[in-house]
Amino acid sequence: MATAAPARVHAAGWGWRYAGRRLPAVSEVSFVVEPGERVLLLGASGAGKSTLLAGLAGVLGDADEGERTGTLLVDGAAPESRRGHTGLVMQDPDAGIVLSKVGDDVAFGCENLGIEASEIPLRVADALGAVGLDVPLRRPTKALSGGQKQRLVLAGVLAMRPGLLLLDEPTANLDPEGVAEVRDSVERVVDATGATLIVVEHRTPVWADLMTRVIVLAADGGLLADGPPSQVFADHGDALADAGVWVPGRDVGLPALPVAASASPEEPALSATDLAIARTSREDVQSGLDVRVPRGSATVITGPNGVGKSTLALTLAGLIPERTGEVVSAASLAGRGGRRPIRWTSRELLTRIGTVFQEPEHQFLTQTLRDELAVGPKALGWDAARTAAVVDGLLERLHLSHLALANPFTLSGGQKRRLSVATVLAASPEVIVLDEPTFGQDRRGWIELIALLQEEVASGTSVVAVTHDEGVIRHLGGHRIVLEPAA
Amino acid sequence: MSVQESVIETDAGARRVWLDGVNPVTKLILALLLSVPLFASIDVVSGLVAIGLQLLCLPLTGLSLGTVARRLAPIIIFAPIAGLSMLLYAEPAGHIYWSFGFATISEDSVQLAIAVSLRVVALGLPTILLFGRTDPTELGDALAQVAKLPSRFVLGVLAGTRMLGLFLEDWRTMGLARRARGVGDHGALRRFFSMAFVLLVFAVRRGTKLAMAMEARGFGADIVRTWSRPSRLHARDGIALLGALAIMVLALAAAVLLGTFRFVWT
Amino acid sequence: MSTSTRTPAATSTGVGTNPWRWRVVDIVVAAVLGVAVGLLFWGWNVVGGAWFGAADALTPGLGGIAVGIWLIGGVIGGLVIRKPGAALVVEVVAAIVSMLIGNVWGVSTVLSGLVQGLGAELIFAIFLYRRFGLGVAALAGVGAGAAAWVFELFYGSSPNILKSLEFNTIYLVCVAVSGAVLAGVVGWLLVRALAKTGALSRFAAGRELAREV
Repeated sequence: MATAAPARVHAAGWGWRYAGRRLPAVSEVSFVVEPGERVLLLGASGAGKSTLLAGLAGVLGDADEGERTGTLLVDGAAPESRRGHTGLVMQDPDAGIVLSKVGDDVAFGCENLGIEASEIPLRVADALGAVGLDVPLRRPTKALSGGQKQRLVLAGVLAMRPGLLLLDEPTANLDPEGVAEVRDSVERVVDATGATLIVVEHRTPVWADLMTRVIVLAADGGLLADGPPSQVFADHGDALADAGVWVPGRDVGLPALPVAASASPEEPALSATDLAIARTSREDVQSGLDVRVPRGSATVITGPNGVGKSTLALTLAGLIPERTGEVVSAASLAGRGGRRPIRWTSRELLTRIGTVFQEPEHQFLTQTLRDELAVGPKALGWDAARTAAVVDGLLERLHLSHLALANPFTLSGGQKRRLSVATVLAASPEVIVLDEPTFGQDRRGWIELIALLQEEVASGTSVVAVTHDEGVIRHLGGHRIVLEPAA
Repeated sequence: MSVQESVIETDAGARRVWLDGVNPVTKLILALLLSVPLFASIDVVSGLVAIGLQLLCLPLTGLSLGTVARRLAPIIIFAPIAGLSMLLYAEPAGHIYWSFGFATISEDSVQLAIAVSLRVVALGLPTILLFGRTDPTELGDALAQVAKLPSRFVLGVLAGTRMLGLFLEDWRTMGLARRARGVGDHGALRRFFSMAFVLLVFAVRRGTKLAMAMEARGFGADIVRTWSRPSRLHARDGIALLGALAIMVLALAAAVLLGTFRFVWT
Repeated sequence: MSTSTRTPAATSTGVGTNPWRWRVVDIVVAAVLGVAVGLLFWGWNVVGGAWFGAADALTPGLGGIAVGIWLIGGVIGGLVIRKPGAALVVEVVAAIVSMLIGNVWGVSTVLSGLVQGLGAELIFAIFLYRRFGLGVAALAGVGAGAAAWVFELFYGSSPNILKSLEFNTIYLVCVAVSGAVLAGVVGWLLVRALAKTGALSRFAAGRELAREV
């Protein structure tokens, strides 16, 4: 594959302050990246990693969007003028795909750069081959899996033959299979083209052996560390772990709850026999399932992508109707409508089964954290004093007290997740169902969340968690439901 | 898969029909052509003739009668409702059958009501026939290359519209989340607005990120862009336009000949 | 300590300092907002359409009360993007989307959207795209509603000019009030709440309101 010259990056005292903010997002950043280097960019959340990458890609905006200090040069020129020669891949694949067919999307960058129409099909084929995405050009992009989508975005970027590749948490929202796919693609690409690579990731064990250098941004400006991976992790391992980076070789320090040896004799919190589930009323995603959610322990639902784990969780939670079979609760949980959660009213559901969705923002209803936590109690008709007591208690327990009046949508990813779990805890349900709770979490958020879930299990709540994460399975123990693709 | 194979591969079942060879911009003009002239006259004959002639063209569109009937169903159900308003509130003329408050049913209003109901169907039909199988990307390419609309706008809007599927998913999930949070029992109106708000937040956020990704791929700069999917006009477009014109002329002529032509503003 | 030079960001895209030129983010966000609002229209079609259909059929013009939501695209577009044509683009895209998802009005929807968007656009233009307060938003809603009223007088399967004066007068009043409240006020509130989430940080609407961090 024809290659472009790898780019050289030069930053001298560079900083950027977004308009409307008092403090700069990044400041006093100085480094030089030689052509062909592979740099891992780390730092606490809020240290400005994404801003730096956006600056390198030249997409931060013009004068009324912010104020720049210092210089940042790619191949000796301003990044804005190098846009077609720098490739940016971001965290959310759906926001990086432009057109609805695979071939069209990969060609988009070439069209923008004015490449001759006759040359474009060749570049598209090369790019798709380089990332190893072997799908027909007419395949709709929305039919791709997460890992495939990210590789498509990478292909779209590669078709422009960039000298500098910037990846901003490319694997954050992917399952383990997708993570491996993307990482392998990137390795293939840099081996083939020798392009300069700068990656932001907190999932470092995946990337560490591919990188030649690690740069750590300090939260209050400047660099914390800059050097070869082994040296940086050895010298700054503690600081990095505290900042939420998954430092290779460091344990999380939580106990692993025991795996349940055999089915417990007591009545399960939720159960279903010969259950068939579907998301919309078209076709069954899974059928013939026999499921039990025992009380007072964790139940983990695992399986490959698209097999129906979320659908099963939401069906058990009484939110999606069963196609055949019935989900029944323990007799003590029965509501006025009986023992089937799908028949319970919304208010009855609140005190029996709490559900934490994959995207916390789907659940937010109000403008401040305090109000958000009070939604459940208000729906149940609790008086002001009792509501306030519960709300304050939860804010304390989840380390969110200082944000009591903040708008839920302005929180960081980890804080939003904690808030969504807290809202569920407000009504003290017997069962808590969580859909991919550790998605996109950095180390700190992960540890806090798992510790919280372990506390809940210890106090007798039944926890059902859908997850890809090996660590979650190990630390929650309990029972396991493994879903397989329908034959 | 070699380049050649990838290029030749088509979706299973995507056979080419006559209408696929017509440029999407021409289809837009056809849609207008097949609806606006009908407004000149409110009468039963022109509506019926227009509907009949368009249905005769069904084989050209590649849609089955069943599909068209299914998509036409909501319109057919709605048509009498539109007619009802005319029935009760048209300016009274001719023999008065019934009157109550502001409502008056007269001979004239009955005629108008029937004609109006029929026209609702005649107006809804072109969109169903013409745009049943249109690919948005193809439409975007046509608007930018043939209609010469600014490519920044056309492609920006095209990219943005890809989000529709995601929003539908979000809307459904939010409904489930509200049931889970205890507020799913009452207050449908309040739920609608709260979900609408979150949808708009998602819209702005996704749009902002997409814009950044597009700019990073060189979009929006001053470089003249090339088109890997050329969109051109052919003889077939002219034929389609003449055909639509013919349908309209025949429909209105039939009305004039049978004496039912009634200019809308008399 | 070294002195740092402060330079305004280089604009090699030739945007210059024309405040009325649309950036890429303006175009894409206008489109995506249009899609979201179109989805809301389609949802409202179920609620409001039933009311509109029933009220329009049976009462002299009270159907206008539900119309306001269908005018909200223009108001939101103008308030968020704040550039010439924003109200028009968002309302038209919303109309196209709501037509494509499926409604009973067909191509008329797009033409209605065009006219309604122009109505709101006119109000924003009168204020020279500099005023975006509650009053302007409400007026934009009225503008869109009035434009819709004029349009439906002549166009459509059952043009209102054939109906009685009482019907049309009541309809105008209802549409204007609905536009002011359901499009103008609700639209203004929605945009303000949007700004508070920080999502509008790349727009003037967001920077005005975002709390300094």
